Amino acid sequence: MTILIGKDTKLVVQGLTGREGSFHAKRNQDYGTDLVAGVTPGKGGGDVSDTPVFDTVERAVSETGANTALVFVPPRFAADAILEAHDAGIEVIIAVTEGVPALDMARAVAHVRSSSNGVHLIGPNCPGVISPGVANIGIIPGEICSEGPVGLVSRSGTLTYQIVHELTQKGVGQSTCVGIGGDPIPGSNFIDILGLFEDDQDTELVVMVGEIGGDAEERAAEWSKANMTKPIVAYIAGLTAPEGKRMGHAGAIVSGSKGTAKAKIEALEGAGIRVGRNPTEVAEIVAEIKG
Amino acid sequence: MDLFEYQGKELLRKFEVPVPEGRVATTPDEARTAAEGLGGKVVVKAQVQVGGRGKAGGIKLASSPEEAFSAAERILGMDIKGHVVKRVLIERAGAIESEYYLSFLLDRSERDVLGMMSAKGGIDIEEVAETDPDAIARVHIPPLLGISDFHARELVFGAGIDAAARKEAIAIIPTLYRAFIESDASLIEINPLVLMDTGRVVALDAKVTLDDSADYRHPYYSELRSAHEVPEQERLAKEKGLNFIKLQGDVGIIGNGAGLVMSTLDVVKAAGGNSANFLDVGGGAGAELLSNALEVITSDKAVKSVLVNIFGGITRCDLVAEGIIDAFGRLDMKVPVVVRLDGTNAEQGRKMLADAPHDLLIAEETMLGAAEKAVALAHQEAA
Repeated sequence: MTILIGKDTKLVVQGLTGREGSFHAKRNQDYGTDLVAGVTPGKGGGDVSDTPVFDTVERAVSETGANTALVFVPPRFAADAILEAHDAGIEVIIAVTEGVPALDMARAVAHVRSSSNGVHLIGPNCPGVISPGVANIGIIPGEICSEGPVGLVSRSGTLTYQIVHELTQKGVGQSTCVGIGGDPIPGSNFIDILGLFEDDQDTELVVMVGEIGGDAEERAAEWSKANMTKPIVAYIAGLTAPEGKRMGHAGAIVSGSKGTAKAKIEALEGAGIRVGRNPTEVAEIVAEIKG
Repeated sequence: MDLFEYQGKELLRKFEVPVPEGRVATTPDEARTAAEGLGGKVVVKAQVQVGGRGKAGGIKLASSPEEAFSAAERILGMDIKGHVVKRVLIERAGAIESEYYLSFLLDRSERDVLGMMSAKGGIDIEEVAETDPDAIARVHIPPLLGISDFHARELVFGAGIDAAARKEAIAIIPTLYRAFIESDASLIEINPLVLMDTGRVVALDAKVTLDDSADYRHPYYSELRSAHEVPEQERLAKEKGLNFIKLQGDVGIIGNGAGLVMSTLDVVKAAGGNSANFLDVGGGAGAELLSNALEVITSDKAVKSVLVNIFGGITRCDLVAEGIIDAFGRLDMKVPVVVRLDGTNAEQGRKMLADAPHDLLIAEETMLGAAEKAVALAHQEAA
């Protein structure tokens, strides 16, 4: 078993006819993902390498049974694409698009979370989700992953690849790797994904990759104390990052945290979570726990 | 994008949030003229994109145009936390009865917009949050419904705002929220919001941060941005589509993705080196962008070695290699460039680099190995 995506996943790619969309959809398909449709308004009836293209997600769903959407449309259309996928009955929406206005996302996320049917939105500005050996949706390079018992959730894209790569090289495979993205308003946060891993029988341990800013890591640390039985190994990027100029103080009041790597590492370690000092050390700790 | 106070207030004025009458001056003479125009007592305020200017002496009262002249003379050119003051805002000063705090911001955890208000304004609000958290009223605004009047009442009554200021404060809150939403802000902080002896409630300060991702639907963003000081190298980098921040070390850094670049800085530090910059080429970087990145970094004389750390996802390593090879052909490269490629099309990229050998082009297999190599080379160059 995996989380979010698996062998029953039927993928529709919104923005399939674009350059990046077609490149990565092809890679996802080559990995073994069941790519059933693409959506580009005005290009319905056509195809991309034999994958049928529809004008609307609603049509793609009714014709192909798509249940998972990959959003690859430009930033100004991304929130709309997410809403369209949701209202067409898609169950898992993965938005790769970078640069979506935060208030667009606040509305889209509120809509998706208000529905009672448990739709998962991952992203935006995320690398996607991969269940090694089963399905790959997004831009994570499949060849660096391997099958195994480690779940991974990360706010960063490329840093995810680095750590997955290190795990694989140490012979530690992954159940599912989820890039939740680093945007201010994420569709899913650490806690959402940690909860799914906790309930996943094939995940034995979770790697959590965070970075400076906000307090998502601190909250996840606090939450995991009461809700996680599986061990977590964490990494936080930005220990030596220069302190950014910050104008207002409101952010710090909300979170009660400085958002620094140091504060996050302290919160995580305070919750009994081991934190690697670099990606290689994370993989070493995981390998050690796995014995 | 962080706005200057005067820009923030112009934006608020547009949405009819009451702000004091004021003028911007870039010279002491202009400050005197502005004070003459306003008449009476004025306050002269340094315009910098950083907090703490009051403590640094960047705000002065002046009871005559001559005093405004000399205040501006002292403030202009002042260095406040690394920000040199180029402009002052001259505002009419009035008698203040009470100072409050009011803000709207994106709440990352709750994934909505949070409004906060306190009767303890005009002072360090972070300290209030620590010593007297109950003094700050908070209300979450549902993104799909927007603000209702009761939200404003909850803030005003919750914060215990003086009865004399209630009516106007309750009216200002939805207006401020509208300004927040319609200008795509991620933060609007008014500290202090004041009750004047005239009974009016006015935003005496404004810290506004706008969402750069919403640039495309706000043509005035670029005009606001044009007033902002950006170091030359950062400006050049930005023009070329690179996310670049100058740092103090001698190892130039190029990476893809903010997380990986931050991690690279950490690893360079752990290897005993110091990074000369943060440079994120972003996702899907092409050959030209990589070549430009190398140009920007090596234009800095402090750079003794360069570390290119790429893990390709949406970025293709073959295009990265093409960019590096292009830069070596185009630029008079004087410092060693250590390259580590993994991920999408990495094999192809590594082969391209191997087929274009150069004394100063060094390929490394791992991130840690590449960092150690780049640090060692920088030390060697510096010696």
